[in-house]
Amino acid sequence: MANLHLSVPHTSTIQSQTPAKLSARDLAFYYGDFKAIKELSLDVPENKVTALIGPSGCGKSTLLRVFNRIYSLYPKQRATGTVMLDGENIIDPNYPLNKLRSKVGMVFQKPVPFPMSIYDNIAYGISHYEKLSKAEMDARVESALREGALWEEVKDKLKQSALGLSGGQQQRLCIARAVALKPEVILFDEPTSALDPIATGKIEQLISELKQQFTILIVTHNMQQAARVSDFTAFMYLGELIEHGVTETIFTKPTKKQTEDYITGRFG
Amino acid sequence: MSNVEFIYLKRRIANAATMVLSGLATIFGLFFLTWILWTTLSKGIDAIGPHLFTQMTPPPGEVSGGMLNALVGSFMMCLLAVLMAAPIGIAAGTYLAEYVNHHWLGDTIRFVNDILLSAPSIVLGLFVFTILVQPTGGFSGYAGAIALGFIVLPVVVRTTDEMIRLVPTQMREAALSLGIPQWKVNTQILYRAALPGILTGILLALARISGETAPLLFTALNNQYWNTDMAKPMASVPVVIFQFAMSPFEYWNKLAWAGALIVTLFVLFISIFARVVLARKNKYG
Repeated sequence: MANLHLSVPHTSTIQSQTPAKLSARDLAFYYGDFKAIKELSLDVPENKVTALIGPSGCGKSTLLRVFNRIYSLYPKQRATGTVMLDGENIIDPNYPLNKLRSKVGMVFQKPVPFPMSIYDNIAYGISHYEKLSKAEMDARVESALREGALWEEVKDKLKQSALGLSGGQQQRLCIARAVALKPEVILFDEPTSALDPIATGKIEQLISELKQQFTILIVTHNMQQAARVSDFTAFMYLGELIEHGVTETIFTKPTKKQTEDYITGRFG
Repeated sequence: MSNVEFIYLKRRIANAATMVLSGLATIFGLFFLTWILWTTLSKGIDAIGPHLFTQMTPPPGEVSGGMLNALVGSFMMCLLAVLMAAPIGIAAGTYLAEYVNHHWLGDTIRFVNDILLSAPSIVLGLFVFTILVQPTGGFSGYAGAIALGFIVLPVVVRTTDEMIRLVPTQMREAALSLGIPQWKVNTQILYRAALPGILTGILLALARISGETAPLLFTALNNQYWNTDMAKPMASVPVVIFQFAMSPFEYWNKLAWAGALIVTLFVLFISIFARVVLARKNKYG
């Protein structure tokens, strides 16, 4: 990691620098009887990019999926502990899913545009929350596509099927679709693992721009990517949070042996 | 000959034998299929003409007449069967795929549906005869349509279930993570993604019932006259074929072949149309 260059100031604790947007306390997660996350606590700082890294099966994607409760789709999956967002516990079943998902957006590993036009892919989610006139909707769709760095490429074919876009374009469309709802947090689950290096570069640049407005949490298998895009990095192993801190520190002076072994490629 | 060369030779012989045998099997199957189609075409083409679509089925001994009443009867009963069974089948398939997938209830319903899917159609006809025709005291187009509907239903349940389960999980999660409720995800995202497959299932079910005879014998019976009142006995092409082909009257036999040709062409048309619908799905999905 010699060429690592980040503009993150060195601080001893994360909490002292930026307020936490999401705070997990004693969070555990079960797939049926299997405990995939063992009581962990994590603060996700506001308007920063936090990367979750670790070997396959360490629970990083599981952790990400707790933050918008998408796991509640599956009856045998459950979480215990608390995750506070703006002073409320979002994993409490009484916290409305609709409200949670309007605040916490998600982008998946594979680009999954809906089987409809590019325009409708963006407008569909918005129209669920807001009744807008045609002109207002046009403006919202345009600004979302601009924020997704896709507008210039699709402005002349908004009515065409989104399935005709390239993989990288589809993924930026999915990002624009999440951004269009004006969430506060965006979760990225290995967003570039299905993309080529050029498309990956565009998504990474986009993530760096989006952190001005959003709190970002990204799961990645690619440590260079974590080093490039994130301000903070959390290393997970076997369902536990091993180390969490400023990305540059994690990659240059990790305090735990396991972290060092993982980032230097000795295992994982 | 070295050992390795011997192995290669053995593989080449096995390869050639497999190719020849499977080729022969294909020719054997295609031979009978072509024969059936050729017989239907050559015998049916004689009686094909505008009179088929303008005149009623003739009484015995007549040498003129068509099949208008049977065609209309078949059309009305098939249409009603699909209109009744397809919505129920789509709803049930959605329930299986989205609400009780990986659940004992879903597996049980799928198993029962598969039994219904392979139930002999004459059993379905007998069932409708017992529960509907006997108590109401009469054969009717409605009873025929219901019997055909029982054939359509399991096909639509099965295809809807399978097509919706083929939609990637991430598509559901992506829609749900926008905060969109499940019922909207079902009707606006999943149906859109699975539509070509569901439509194909309905079309293939339609193709199947358009040639069904057994369930109509007990239910719609037959009708020699023009009738669009579905509360009364109704003619249908397959039953007319059955009746006319077995008769000693030459003109009736000719009409039976013409009817067989029309049904065959209709099924062919539906199958091609279904392929076009599916090809569209592959292009966009």
